[in-house]
Amino acid sequence: MPFIPHTEQDIKEMLETIGVSNIETLFDEIPENLRVKNLPFIPASLTEMELGRLMRERAAVDGGLLCFIGAGAYEHHIPAAVWEVASRGEFLTAYTPYQAEASQGTLQLLYEYQTMMASLMGLDVSNASLYEGASSLAEAILMTVRSHRLHKKYRIFLPRTVHPYYKEVVKTIVSQKEIEIIEVPFDPATGCTDMAALKKLSSSEEVTALVIPQPNFFGRLEEVDTLTDWAQAHGALVIGVVNPLMTSLLKPPGQWGKKGADIACGEGQPLGVPLASGGPYYGFLCCKKEFVRQLPGRIVGRTFDKEGKPGFVLTLQAREQHIRRAKATSNICTNQGLLVTASTIYMSLLGPHGLRQVAAKCHQNLLLLKEKLLLIPGVSLVFEGPALHEMVVRLPTSVDKVLQTLAEIKIQGGLSLSRFYPELNDCLLVCTTETKTNEDLERFAQALARALSDSKKKTIPDKEYCIV
Amino acid sequence: MSELIFEQSHKGRSARAQAPRADTLKLTIPSAFMRQDLPLLPEVSELQVVRHYTRLSRKNFSIDTQFYPLGSCTMKYNPRGIHRLAMLDGFLNHHPLSLDVNSQGYMSLAYELQEILKAITGFCGVSLTPMAGAQGEFAGVAMIRAYHRSRNDTLRDEILVPDAAHGTNPATASQCGYKVREIPTGADGNVNIESLRAAVSVNTAGIMLTNPSTLGVFEQKIKEIAAIIHEAGGLLYYDGANLNAILGKVRPGDMGFDVMHMNLHKTFATPHGGGGPGGGPVAVSERLVPFLPTPMIVKVTDQQGAHYRWTTNADCPESIGRLSTFMGNAGIILRAYMYIRLLGREGMERVAEFATLNANYLLAKLKAAGFTPAYATRRASHEFIITLKNEEKELHITALDVAKRLLDYGFHAPTMYFPLLVPECLLIEPTETEPKELLDAFADTLLKIIHEGKENPQWLYDAPHTLPVHRLDEVKAARDLDLVYSK
Repeated sequence: MPFIPHTEQDIKEMLETIGVSNIETLFDEIPENLRVKNLPFIPASLTEMELGRLMRERAAVDGGLLCFIGAGAYEHHIPAAVWEVASRGEFLTAYTPYQAEASQGTLQLLYEYQTMMASLMGLDVSNASLYEGASSLAEAILMTVRSHRLHKKYRIFLPRTVHPYYKEVVKTIVSQKEIEIIEVPFDPATGCTDMAALKKLSSSEEVTALVIPQPNFFGRLEEVDTLTDWAQAHGALVIGVVNPLMTSLLKPPGQWGKKGADIACGEGQPLGVPLASGGPYYGFLCCKKEFVRQLPGRIVGRTFDKEGKPGFVLTLQAREQHIRRAKATSNICTNQGLLVTASTIYMSLLGPHGLRQVAAKCHQNLLLLKEKLLLIPGVSLVFEGPALHEMVVRLPTSVDKVLQTLAEIKIQGGLSLSRFYPELNDCLLVCTTETKTNEDLERFAQALARALSDSKKKTIPDKEYCIV
Repeated sequence: MSELIFEQSHKGRSARAQAPRADTLKLTIPSAFMRQDLPLLPEVSELQVVRHYTRLSRKNFSIDTQFYPLGSCTMKYNPRGIHRLAMLDGFLNHHPLSLDVNSQGYMSLAYELQEILKAITGFCGVSLTPMAGAQGEFAGVAMIRAYHRSRNDTLRDEILVPDAAHGTNPATASQCGYKVREIPTGADGNVNIESLRAAVSVNTAGIMLTNPSTLGVFEQKIKEIAAIIHEAGGLLYYDGANLNAILGKVRPGDMGFDVMHMNLHKTFATPHGGGGPGGGPVAVSERLVPFLPTPMIVKVTDQQGAHYRWTTNADCPESIGRLSTFMGNAGIILRAYMYIRLLGREGMERVAEFATLNANYLLAKLKAAGFTPAYATRRASHEFIITLKNEEKELHITALDVAKRLLDYGFHAPTMYFPLLVPECLLIEPTETEPKELLDAFADTLLKIIHEGKENPQWLYDAPHTLPVHRLDEVKAARDLDLVYSK
């Protein structure tokens, strides 16, 4: 059996020491009527060579795609050094730093990560990660609820311009408690949160927190200062949900409005984590220092050992499940340590200027692609106003059929929006990152033009192509 | 030499090969949206980064470098072939929102894992989306809640939890809006059945149990416990953290549980990563299937053969909903699948046997050396507890002191002070991938440390001596918060 080192001799000696004649006896405390004999449906073992063959075949089925989808997960160049170093056994196969003295590598790295992320967000503190973007938003909302104990009802204002899956996850997680999520509409011309509608929704009731995305799901830039000031004037806390790579270029949440957002969260994946068919990614969560004791998840602090040498430990553990149990700020135990390791190395390699260059190149590619796409008859831009690296275009025909046609030539053209926004049923969310060359953009534009003109010439039979 | 990366910064340095050329970039964003300052990120060369983080890594204990008997965490070998294959380009650079037709590779493997996990656990529905054990627990308790609500059974506001339970259990119950009621454990390590009967009522939504329990022993009356809870209208949640002890020997579905989570980063050898990522898939009995978190993979067979699609909201109208933006920790799901394929049926059936053999062997060695097992009359499962309460009393050395001194000998310490029930405890889980001679060396070392403690307890109080730092002032860390570097 792979990975089990025992020889017949080992087994014999061990059984003798224990005082039993066979391994089966060691299971004699388990009632016989619970015992199973074997594990049906598991195929016989493979060697690593055979497994490699199988996996390469399956991977090939999914590979070779030119991708223009964003919508919460972004394809960026990841320097080889990131995963070479993060895959070192000492990072890969260590666990939670319970024995601080034996984990100074991970602990120092997490402290450096906390510093980088807090600064990127323009806030005071960061935790050491949560699972991913949407659940970190849910945790941020729970933080605002814990911080506002005087409210009788908890009302969280969530714009429709926040990622629709984030909304679903928030509902799953906070609906277990008595918290009301109120949707705020967007202006159909601008694709941004409708300020007038927001004011109307909140006119008579308390507002616990306002969530502000930047950029929003459509790629548009929201009026973060106006929204932040308005919310805080109403005694509400402000949660910024942001793309951390784009925040190298954009005004960070801690600098929004007069007093800055209170909490910032989102998806850390753009910073050195591959798309990887959906995960693992990591969620970041930062806040002003007055909220630090409400932060869920692990936090690393710097201290000294008894000889005065600086060192790092998990701290404020009285917030966490292993100490506070039922009264913990969250139930989280394992987080996303390896991804944070990769991200920290990535941020160190790129540095403040490199990140801005990546973001700027993404933006420049969007401008180039926009120019090309708008030349195609029938294609129009849906929302006026600044965008960084994503945009919504309207197509003159079924978006799903166009995506299907593009998929046949291995192009993923973007995300069809009809499933999430019925009023945008002919719209496509397109993303460009720095990975795209001019040739890539040209190829996409031509393929789209061809797909649109083909669809005018013949009818393509309806096929069920479910998108997640 | 524990300089922070920021302290090595020099203005103007960066890894120039890694960022797009700056000269041709123009922006059209109005300045009101733009950042005016620079975030505090390092300005260092690529070599400096590689050197700094490589050096940091060498300060860590890990499975790859040390015996790591951290009880309840199942620190078994993380196969490197699996890690490499999970990073194949077709999987690694694949966007989760790609069309199904372009994602059949990953989807076929994840579907197979769904099916295999059902067979292993004896349940009829599986969702792979929860991203760690605690999220799996959340999903499980949320499903229990949804079940009772669907039957208008609104009085049930309590979850029962043994006093030995892992902290995530009561924390999860609270997160789901439940009150937590603790059930005491008997001296034999089993849940006290009489106390359980007394605690069960019309308010009982369910009970959360681990089996073998966190005490390292098999809960022998599990069928009776299941009957008591079910009769009262409650459901049973199984915390699968200790699945390594019973894989292929017992199926949680057969024990009477209604829902469970598995820890892929424990039982299925996905790498622990310095604190994650994990994987916490849930499996359920028939009555909870409608509530499973989405999305899951469905297999469709038609004239074109078999292909896979994701469930939609229409497929699962009563689902508790999504737990993550995409579909959980896909890379971890892949790794767990590969582990099962590498081991195969025979290998999976042997995991519990050798994990249990190693634990019982080490227990026997430590007993013979004079250590006190917490449950002396019980067999070890895949782990066991020794208590140092006698050593504390007679020699004034604690579990913490022994743990810290173990580090000097190049062993990661076992889990300390958990479960809370047993004073001065060490929860020891060798796992099946460790050889006999290493277990011998560990037992010998523990004994040696006790002798050292007899001769000179101060030597233990001051341990560790050979690591990058001595014992750290955790009180100061919490009192004088220093959570970020500033220039």
